[in-house]
Amino acid sequence: MQKLFAFLLISFSVTAIAADIEIKLIIENHRFQPEIVNVPVGQKVKLLIENRDATPEEFESHSLNREKVIPGKSTGTVYIGPLAAGSYPFVGEFNDKTAKGVIVAK
Amino acid sequence: MFATSLIIFREVLEAALVIGIVAAATRGIPARGRWLFGGAILGLVGSAIIAASMGAIAQFADGIGQELFNACILGAAVLMLAWHSMWMASRGQAMSLEARSLGSAIRGGQQSLSVLLVVVAIAVLREGAETVLFLYGISITGSSSLFEMIGGGVLGLAGGATAGLALYMGLLRIPVRWFFSVISLLILLLAAGMASQAARFLVQADLLPSLRSPLWDFSSVMPNESPIGAVLHGLIGYDAHPAGMQVLFYLTVAIAIAVGTHWAKSRTIRANNRK
Repeated sequence: MQKLFAFLLISFSVTAIAADIEIKLIIENHRFQPEIVNVPVGQKVKLLIENRDATPEEFESHSLNREKVIPGKSTGTVYIGPLAAGSYPFVGEFNDKTAKGVIVAK
Repeated sequence: MFATSLIIFREVLEAALVIGIVAAATRGIPARGRWLFGGAILGLVGSAIIAASMGAIAQFADGIGQELFNACILGAAVLMLAWHSMWMASRGQAMSLEARSLGSAIRGGQQSLSVLLVVVAIAVLREGAETVLFLYGISITGSSSLFEMIGGGVLGLAGGATAGLALYMGLLRIPVRWFFSVISLLILLLAAGMASQAARFLVQADLLPSLRSPLWDFSSVMPNESPIGAVLHGLIGYDAHPAGMQVLFYLTVAIAIAVGTHWAKSRTIRANNRK
Protein backbone atom coordinates (compact mmCIF):
# COMPACT_ATOMS: atom_id res chain seq x y z
CA MET A 1 0.00 0.00 0.00
CA GLN A 2 2.80 2.38 0.96
CA LYS A 3 4.65 1.54 -2.23
CA LEU A 4 1.53 2.20 -4.24
CA PHE A 5 1.06 5.52 -2.51
CA ALA A 6 4.64 6.54 -3.22
CA PHE A 7 4.17 5.48 -6.83
CA LEU A 8 1.05 7.60 -7.13
CA LEU A 9 2.80 10.55 -5.56
CA ILE A 10 5.76 10.31 -7.92
CA SER A 11 3.47 9.98 -10.93
CA PHE A 12 1.53 13.05 -9.85
CA SER A 13 4.65 15.15 -9.42
CA VAL A 14 6.08 13.95 -12.75
CA THR A 15 2.79 14.96 -14.33
CA ALA A 16 3.06 18.35 -12.71
CA ILE A 17 6.66 19.02 -13.72
CA ALA A 18 6.63 17.94 -17.36
CA ALA A 19 5.66 20.87 -19.53
CA ASP A 20 2.96 19.96 -21.99
CA ILE A 21 3.70 20.02 -25.66
CA GLU A 22 0.79 21.45 -27.56
CA ILE A 23 -0.03 20.24 -31.04
CA LYS A 24 -2.79 21.60 -33.17
CA LEU A 25 -4.85 19.36 -35.40
CA ILE A 26 -7.48 20.68 -37.78
CA ILE A 27 -10.52 18.93 -39.15
CA GLU A 28 -11.71 20.43 -42.42
CA ASN A 29 -13.91 18.83 -45.07
CA HIS A 30 -13.83 15.65 -42.98
CA ARG A 31 -10.06 15.37 -43.23
CA PHE A 32 -7.36 15.86 -40.63
CA GLN A 33 -4.62 18.38 -41.15
CA PRO A 34 -1.85 17.38 -40.81
CA GLU A 35 -2.48 13.70 -41.39
CA ILE A 36 0.91 12.75 -39.96
CA VAL A 37 1.66 14.17 -36.53
CA ASN A 38 5.15 13.78 -35.10
CA VAL A 39 5.48 13.74 -31.33
CA PRO A 40 8.49 13.08 -29.09
CA VAL A 41 8.78 9.74 -27.31
CA GLY A 42 8.08 9.65 -23.58
CA GLN A 43 6.37 12.99 -23.26
CA LYS A 44 2.81 13.95 -22.62
CA VAL A 45 1.22 15.84 -25.49
CA LYS A 46 -1.81 18.10 -25.49
CA LEU A 47 -3.70 17.72 -28.75
CA LEU A 48 -5.88 20.67 -29.63
CA ILE A 49 -8.33 19.46 -32.23
CA GLU A 50 -10.15 22.19 -34.09
CA ASN A 51 -13.20 21.11 -36.03
CA ARG A 52 -13.85 23.67 -38.77
CA ASP A 53 -16.69 21.66 -40.26
CA ALA A 54 -20.28 22.34 -39.32
CA THR A 55 -20.80 18.68 -38.40
CA PRO A 56 -19.62 16.95 -35.23
CA GLU A 57 -16.72 14.53 -35.46
CA GLU A 58 -15.45 11.89 -33.09
CA PHE A 59 -11.69 11.71 -32.70
CA GLU A 60 -10.98 8.07 -32.08
CA SER A 61 -7.83 6.03 -31.74
CA HIS A 62 -7.87 2.44 -30.61
CA SER A 63 -4.10 2.27 -30.20
CA LEU A 64 -4.06 5.45 -28.11
CA ASN A 65 -7.21 4.47 -26.25
CA ARG A 66 -8.83 7.82 -26.87
CA GLU A 67 -12.26 8.91 -28.02
CA LYS A 68 -13.79 12.33 -27.97
CA VAL A 69 -16.63 14.05 -29.75
CA ILE A 70 -15.64 17.41 -31.23
CA PRO A 71 -18.81 19.37 -32.02
CA GLY A 72 -18.94 21.37 -35.26
CA LYS A 73 -17.05 24.70 -35.26
CA SER A 74 -15.29 24.05 -31.97
CA THR A 75 -12.02 22.90 -30.47
CA GLY A 76 -11.50 19.93 -28.19
CA THR A 77 -8.54 18.95 -26.02
CA VAL A 78 -7.18 15.43 -25.79
CA TYR A 79 -4.13 14.48 -23.76
CA ILE A 80 -2.01 11.62 -25.07
CA GLY A 81 1.17 9.89 -23.98
CA PRO A 82 3.82 9.62 -22.74
CA LEU A 83 4.15 7.32 -25.76
CA ALA A 84 6.65 4.62 -26.68
CA ALA A 85 8.20 4.91 -30.15
CA GLY A 86 5.79 3.81 -32.84
CA SER A 87 2.83 4.72 -35.02
CA TYR A 88 -0.60 5.33 -33.58
CA PRO A 89 -3.36 5.63 -36.17
CA PHE A 90 -6.49 7.68 -35.49
CA VAL A 91 -9.72 8.33 -37.36
CA GLY A 92 -12.72 10.60 -37.30
CA GLU A 93 -15.26 7.93 -36.56
CA PHE A 94 -18.19 9.79 -38.07
CA ASN A 95 -16.38 10.09 -41.42
CA ASP A 96 -13.86 7.31 -41.27
CA LYS A 97 -13.44 7.02 -45.04
CA THR A 98 -11.73 10.38 -45.32
CA ALA A 99 -10.79 11.43 -41.80
CA LYS A 100 -7.67 9.40 -41.12
CA GLY A 101 -4.29 10.17 -39.66
CA VAL A 102 -1.40 8.81 -37.70
CA ILE A 103 0.60 9.98 -34.73
CA VAL A 104 4.25 9.03 -35.00
CA ALA A 105 6.26 8.99 -31.79
CA LYS A 106 10.02 9.11 -32.29
CA MET B 1 -25.94 1.80 -45.64
CA PHE B 2 -23.74 -1.00 -44.37
CA ALA B 3 -21.11 1.42 -43.07
CA THR B 4 -23.81 3.40 -41.26
CA SER B 5 -25.34 0.30 -39.72
CA LEU B 6 -21.94 -0.90 -38.54
CA ILE B 7 -21.31 2.32 -36.62
CA ILE B 8 -24.81 2.24 -35.12
CA PHE B 9 -24.30 -1.41 -34.21
CA ARG B 10 -21.07 -0.63 -32.38
CA GLU B 11 -22.78 2.11 -30.40
CA VAL B 12 -25.87 0.04 -29.61
CA LEU B 13 -23.99 -3.13 -28.65
CA GLU B 14 -22.69 -1.95 -25.28
CA ALA B 15 -26.05 -0.63 -24.14
CA ALA B 16 -27.77 -3.82 -25.35
CA LEU B 17 -25.40 -6.03 -23.35
CA VAL B 18 -26.03 -3.99 -20.20
CA ILE B 19 -29.78 -4.26 -20.72
CA GLY B 20 -29.43 -8.02 -21.28
CA ILE B 21 -27.69 -8.46 -17.94
CA VAL B 22 -30.11 -6.16 -16.09
CA ALA B 23 -33.12 -7.96 -17.60
CA ALA B 24 -31.73 -11.29 -16.38
CA ALA B 25 -30.95 -9.84 -12.93
CA THR B 26 -34.55 -8.65 -12.48
CA ARG B 27 -36.04 -11.99 -13.48
CA GLY B 28 -39.17 -12.70 -11.47
CA ILE B 29 -39.69 -9.18 -10.14
CA PRO B 30 -43.19 -7.95 -11.04
CA ALA B 31 -43.59 -5.07 -13.51
CA ARG B 32 -39.88 -5.08 -14.40
CA GLY B 33 -40.67 -4.69 -18.12
CA ARG B 34 -42.18 -1.28 -17.50
CA TRP B 35 -39.16 -0.18 -15.47
CA LEU B 36 -36.58 -1.37 -17.99
CA PHE B 37 -38.53 0.15 -20.86
CA GLY B 38 -38.82 3.38 -18.86
CA GLY B 39 -35.06 3.38 -18.37
CA ALA B 40 -34.44 2.96 -22.09
CA ILE B 41 -36.88 5.77 -22.98
CA LEU B 42 -35.32 8.03 -20.35
CA GLY B 43 -31.90 7.25 -21.84
CA LEU B 44 -33.10 8.06 -25.36
CA VAL B 45 -34.62 11.38 -24.31
CA GLY B 46 -31.42 12.14 -22.39
CA SER B 47 -29.35 11.28 -25.50
CA ALA B 48 -31.17 13.85 -27.57
CA ILE B 49 -30.71 16.49 -24.87
CA ILE B 50 -27.01 15.67 -24.44
CA ALA B 51 -26.43 15.65 -28.19
CA ALA B 52 -28.09 19.03 -28.53
CA SER B 53 -26.01 20.52 -25.72
CA MET B 54 -22.73 18.79 -26.69
CA GLY B 55 -21.27 22.13 -27.76
CA ALA B 56 -21.87 23.60 -24.32
CA ILE B 57 -20.65 20.46 -22.52
CA ALA B 58 -17.47 20.33 -24.62
CA GLN B 59 -16.60 23.95 -23.82
CA PHE B 60 -17.21 23.50 -20.12
CA ALA B 61 -14.20 23.28 -17.76
CA ASP B 62 -11.51 24.24 -20.29
CA GLY B 63 -12.55 21.73 -22.92
CA ILE B 64 -12.66 18.69 -20.68
CA GLY B 65 -16.38 18.91 -19.89
CA GLN B 66 -17.13 15.83 -21.96
CA GLU B 67 -14.63 13.71 -20.05
CA LEU B 68 -15.94 14.96 -16.69
CA PHE B 69 -19.49 14.27 -17.75
CA ASN B 70 -18.71 10.76 -18.96
CA ALA B 71 -16.69 9.95 -15.85
CA CYS B 72 -19.53 11.20 -13.61
CA ILE B 73 -22.31 9.21 -15.23
CA LEU B 74 -20.10 6.11 -15.32
CA GLY B 75 -19.34 6.66 -11.63
CA ALA B 76 -23.07 6.89 -10.90
CA ALA B 77 -23.69 3.64 -12.76
CA VAL B 78 -20.90 1.94 -10.80
CA LEU B 79 -22.50 3.03 -7.49
CA MET B 80 -25.92 1.78 -8.59
CA LEU B 81 -24.51 -1.58 -9.65
CA ALA B 82 -22.58 -1.89 -6.40
CA TRP B 83 -25.72 -1.19 -4.41
CA HIS B 84 -27.63 -3.72 -6.47
CA SER B 85 -24.98 -6.41 -5.91
CA MET B 86 -25.31 -6.00 -2.16
CA TRP B 87 -29.08 -6.00 -2.36
CA MET B 88 -29.05 -9.15 -4.44
CA ALA B 89 -26.68 -10.88 -2.03
CA SER B 90 -29.13 -10.38 0.84
CA ARG B 91 -32.16 -11.19 -1.29
CA GLY B 92 -30.63 -14.42 -2.54
CA GLN B 93 -30.39 -15.46 1.12
CA ALA B 94 -33.88 -14.25 1.95
CA MET B 95 -35.39 -16.18 -0.91
CA SER B 96 -33.87 -19.42 0.20
CA LEU B 97 -35.45 -18.96 3.66
CA GLU B 98 -39.10 -19.19 4.74
CA ALA B 99 -41.95 -18.04 2.58
CA ARG B 100 -42.67 -14.91 4.55
CA SER B 101 -39.33 -13.39 3.60
CA LEU B 102 -40.42 -13.68 0.00
CA GLY B 103 -42.92 -10.87 0.50
CA SER B 104 -40.19 -8.52 1.66
CA ALA B 105 -37.93 -9.66 -1.16
CA ILE B 106 -40.54 -8.65 -3.70
CA ARG B 107 -41.22 -5.35 -1.97
CA GLY B 108 -37.49 -4.67 -2.06
CA GLY B 109 -37.63 -5.60 -5.72
CA GLN B 110 -39.20 -2.26 -6.58
CA GLN B 111 -36.29 -0.50 -4.96
CA SER B 112 -33.85 -2.57 -6.98
CA LEU B 113 -35.79 -1.79 -10.16
CA SER B 114 -35.51 1.96 -9.66
CA VAL B 115 -31.75 1.62 -9.29
CA LEU B 116 -31.49 -0.54 -12.39
CA LEU B 117 -33.70 1.88 -14.32
CA VAL B 118 -30.97 4.45 -13.80
CA VAL B 119 -28.30 1.96 -14.94
CA VAL B 120 -30.24 1.22 -18.14
CA ALA B 121 -30.85 4.93 -18.75
CA ILE B 122 -27.13 5.68 -18.35
CA ALA B 123 -26.12 2.81 -20.65
CA VAL B 124 -28.47 4.08 -23.35
CA LEU B 125 -27.53 7.70 -22.77
CA ARG B 126 -23.80 7.18 -23.19
CA GLU B 127 -23.92 5.52 -26.57
CA GLY B 128 -27.16 7.19 -27.60
CA ALA B 129 -25.80 10.73 -27.57
CA GLU B 130 -22.96 9.72 -29.91
CA THR B 131 -25.37 7.94 -32.23
CA VAL B 132 -27.62 10.99 -32.40
CA LEU B 133 -24.63 13.22 -33.23
CA PHE B 134 -23.44 10.80 -35.90
CA LEU B 135 -26.86 10.65 -37.55
CA TYR B 136 -27.20 14.40 -37.27
CA GLY B 137 -23.85 14.79 -39.02
CA ILE B 138 -24.72 12.62 -41.98
CA SER B 139 -28.17 14.16 -42.24
CA ILE B 140 -26.92 17.73 -42.61
CA THR B 141 -24.07 16.97 -44.98
CA GLY B 142 -26.45 14.98 -47.14
CA SER B 143 -23.58 12.55 -47.74
CA SER B 144 -26.11 9.72 -47.67
CA SER B 145 -29.77 9.49 -48.54
CA LEU B 146 -32.56 9.36 -46.00
CA PHE B 147 -33.18 5.75 -47.00
CA GLU B 148 -29.56 4.88 -46.28
CA MET B 149 -29.68 6.62 -42.94
CA ILE B 150 -32.91 5.04 -41.73
CA GLY B 151 -32.03 1.65 -43.20
CA GLY B 152 -28.59 1.72 -41.61
CA GLY B 153 -30.04 2.87 -38.30
CA VAL B 154 -32.66 0.13 -38.19
CA LEU B 155 -30.19 -2.55 -39.26
CA GLY B 156 -27.62 -1.51 -36.66
CA LEU B 157 -30.24 -1.26 -33.93
CA ALA B 158 -31.61 -4.69 -34.80
CA GLY B 159 -28.11 -6.17 -34.71
CA GLY B 160 -27.37 -4.70 -31.29
CA ALA B 161 -30.74 -5.72 -29.89
CA THR B 162 -30.19 -9.28 -31.15
CA ALA B 163 -26.89 -9.46 -29.28
CA GLY B 164 -28.54 -8.23 -26.06
CA LEU B 165 -31.43 -10.66 -26.45
CA ALA B 166 -29.06 -13.56 -27.13
CA LEU B 167 -27.18 -12.75 -23.93
CA TYR B 168 -30.44 -12.57 -21.97
CA MET B 169 -31.71 -15.89 -23.34
CA GLY B 170 -28.35 -17.49 -22.62
CA LEU B 171 -28.36 -16.25 -19.02
CA LEU B 172 -31.88 -17.60 -18.44
CA ARG B 173 -30.69 -21.09 -19.34
CA ILE B 174 -28.33 -21.12 -16.37
CA PRO B 175 -29.63 -23.53 -13.71
CA VAL B 176 -31.35 -21.69 -10.84
CA ARG B 177 -28.84 -22.68 -8.17
CA TRP B 178 -26.00 -20.95 -10.06
CA PHE B 179 -28.10 -18.19 -11.55
CA PHE B 180 -27.64 -15.62 -8.77
CA SER B 181 -23.90 -16.24 -8.51
CA VAL B 182 -23.38 -15.84 -12.26
CA ILE B 183 -25.47 -12.67 -12.41
CA SER B 184 -23.68 -11.24 -9.36
CA LEU B 185 -20.32 -11.92 -10.98
CA LEU B 186 -21.44 -10.34 -14.27
CA ILE B 187 -22.69 -7.24 -12.48
CA LEU B 188 -19.44 -6.98 -10.54
CA LEU B 189 -17.38 -7.19 -13.75
CA LEU B 190 -19.72 -4.77 -15.54
CA ALA B 191 -19.26 -2.23 -12.75
CA ALA B 192 -15.48 -2.73 -12.70
CA GLY B 193 -15.37 -2.24 -16.48
CA MET B 194 -17.32 1.01 -16.19
CA ALA B 195 -14.93 2.21 -13.49
CA SER B 196 -12.01 1.50 -15.81
CA GLN B 197 -13.67 3.52 -18.57
CA ALA B 198 -14.26 6.38 -16.15
CA ALA B 199 -10.53 6.28 -15.31
CA ARG B 200 -9.71 6.39 -19.03
CA PHE B 201 -11.71 9.60 -19.43
CA LEU B 202 -10.03 11.17 -16.41
CA VAL B 203 -6.59 10.28 -17.82
CA GLN B 204 -7.60 11.64 -21.24
CA ALA B 205 -8.55 14.92 -19.53
CA ASP B 206 -5.24 14.89 -17.66
CA LEU B 207 -7.01 14.92 -14.29
CA LEU B 208 -5.33 11.66 -13.26
CA PRO B 209 -1.90 10.32 -14.21
CA SER B 210 -1.97 7.30 -16.50
CA LEU B 211 0.38 5.26 -14.25
CA ARG B 212 2.13 3.77 -17.25
CA SER B 213 0.22 3.56 -20.47
CA PRO B 214 -0.31 0.97 -21.70
CA LEU B 215 0.29 -1.35 -18.77
CA TRP B 216 0.13 -4.23 -21.24
CA ASP B 217 -0.69 -4.58 -24.91
CA PHE B 218 -2.83 -7.44 -26.19
CA SER B 219 -3.83 -5.61 -29.36
CA SER B 220 -2.01 -8.11 -31.56
CA VAL B 221 -3.89 -11.01 -29.93
CA MET B 222 -7.36 -9.52 -29.45
CA PRO B 223 -7.77 -5.86 -30.40
CA ASN B 224 -10.60 -3.78 -28.90
CA GLU B 225 -12.23 -3.39 -32.29
CA SER B 226 -12.37 -7.15 -33.00
CA PRO B 227 -15.85 -8.70 -32.55
CA ILE B 228 -14.88 -10.67 -29.43
CA GLY B 229 -12.91 -7.73 -28.06
CA ALA B 230 -15.91 -5.43 -28.52
CA VAL B 231 -18.32 -7.83 -26.80
CA LEU B 232 -15.92 -8.42 -23.92
CA HIS B 233 -15.40 -4.67 -23.66
CA GLY B 234 -19.13 -4.18 -23.20
CA LEU B 235 -19.50 -7.12 -20.82
CA ILE B 236 -16.46 -7.12 -18.56
CA GLY B 237 -14.60 -3.96 -19.59
CA TYR B 238 -11.95 -5.71 -21.65
CA ASP B 239 -9.26 -3.34 -22.90
CA ALA B 240 -6.38 -4.53 -25.07
CA HIS B 241 -4.02 -1.82 -23.82
CA PRO B 242 -5.23 -0.24 -20.59
CA ALA B 243 -3.48 2.50 -18.69
CA GLY B 244 -2.28 1.55 -15.21
CA MET B 245 -4.90 3.87 -13.69
CA GLN B 246 -7.66 1.93 -15.45
CA VAL B 247 -6.44 -1.34 -14.00
CA LEU B 248 -6.23 0.27 -10.55
CA PHE B 249 -9.85 1.49 -10.81
CA TYR B 250 -10.99 -1.86 -12.15
CA LEU B 251 -9.45 -3.86 -9.32
CA THR B 252 -10.53 -1.40 -6.63
CA VAL B 253 -14.17 -1.54 -7.67
CA ALA B 254 -14.14 -5.30 -8.19
CA ILE B 255 -12.66 -5.91 -4.74
CA ALA B 256 -14.94 -3.35 -3.04
CA ILE B 257 -18.06 -4.96 -4.50
CA ALA B 258 -16.87 -8.48 -3.67
CA VAL B 259 -16.23 -7.46 -0.05
CA GLY B 260 -19.52 -5.52 0.13
CA THR B 261 -21.67 -8.38 -1.12
CA HIS B 262 -19.91 -10.83 1.18
CA TRP B 263 -20.67 -8.54 4.11
CA ALA B 264 -24.31 -8.12 3.04
CA LYS B 265 -24.73 -11.86 2.75
CA SER B 266 -23.22 -12.72 6.12
CA ARG B 267 -25.24 -9.96 7.81
CA THR B 268 -28.47 -11.45 6.45
CA ILE B 269 -27.50 -14.90 7.60
CA ARG B 270 -26.72 -13.60 11.12
CA ALA B 271 -30.02 -11.67 11.24
CA ASN B 272 -31.95 -14.77 10.30
CA ASN B 273 -30.16 -16.96 12.81
CA ARG B 274 -31.18 -14.58 15.57
CA LYS B 275 -34.90 -14.97 14.78
